[in-house]
Amino acid sequence: MQIGVVTFPGSLDDTDAARAVRYAGAEPVSLWHADRDLRGVDAVILPGGFSYGDYLRCGAIARFSPVMAELVPAARAGLPVLGICNGFQILCEAHLLPGALTRNADLRFITRDVRLKVDNAKTPWTAGYVSGQQLLVPLKSGEGAFAADEATLDALEATGRVVVRYDSDAPNGSARGIAGICSEAGNVVGLMPHPEHAIDALTGPSADGLGFFASVVHEFAGAAR
Amino acid sequence: MPWQLYASWALATRLDALYLTIYALFALGGYVARVIVEVMLKPEIHDPQGEAVLSASHRLGFGNVTEVRQGKRFELEIDGPAGGEALAAVEELARELLANPVIEEFTLRAAD
Repeated sequence: MQIGVVTFPGSLDDTDAARAVRYAGAEPVSLWHADRDLRGVDAVILPGGFSYGDYLRCGAIARFSPVMAELVPAARAGLPVLGICNGFQILCEAHLLPGALTRNADLRFITRDVRLKVDNAKTPWTAGYVSGQQLLVPLKSGEGAFAADEATLDALEATGRVVVRYDSDAPNGSARGIAGICSEAGNVVGLMPHPEHAIDALTGPSADGLGFFASVVHEFAGAAR
Repeated sequence: MPWQLYASWALATRLDALYLTIYALFALGGYVARVIVEVMLKPEIHDPQGEAVLSASHRLGFGNVTEVRQGKRFELEIDGPAGGEALAAVEELARELLANPVIEEFTLRAAD
């Protein structure tokens, strides 16, 4: 399985995302923001960082990069896409996911390990977890508070599209403790915490995050069988 | 050579006249318009930056300030007059790029 990892100007976590892909047994393929094709990859990760310097709004400029013109229709057609942190912000700006990420409630940039609870273990990125499972992964963002109108939040909850939640109070003031959500079809997942920084005990607080990458690899192998 | 001097003088004055005409057209406002777009967070969206400015205002002794909301102002220069068509295009741009309608609202107007 080949998983594309997009590098935008200002991406930071593309190397860790590619490493997580390798740990999960797939081959990472580097995609550049100016690429006009996805090189036939089977899934795509939009990594964390500060694409285009977070100019205008986080993810607002990245949304218009050439690679996104390819990614948006592919995602709508079912390609598994995972947006982590800035990647989540880009997915919201590109309208692949509803809502928006706003400034942390206390204005502080938060860098710490957080406990998450898996709410939806049916997406291709979370199928390896069980519903209710706790994960310990790092959160590092200044604009991580998920916001959407009440009707959208209600619809997300009613249709099981909240993928992960902060286990206790959301440290950033995220609406209803939401840490990550998915598209209607479930193939597009975005979350603010960083599973790619928690794939082994040597470099992360746990190996809990590896499940995101292992899940999609397992799903792909199952589909190919 | 006097005729060459004359030729370059003539050319220079004619260019000056041309530049003056272009400048006059711009100055009259007939060909370049400015549009102001102001973007604010929707009232129901929490604005921690505005709150921080509010508390700083109080620390500075401006106790009568009761609320601060922080937004963005864009100044756009566009070709041609700021007529209905141009404003409609700017409105589309504001909706697509300058503001995120999920959390923000905007106003726009032609600058004087």
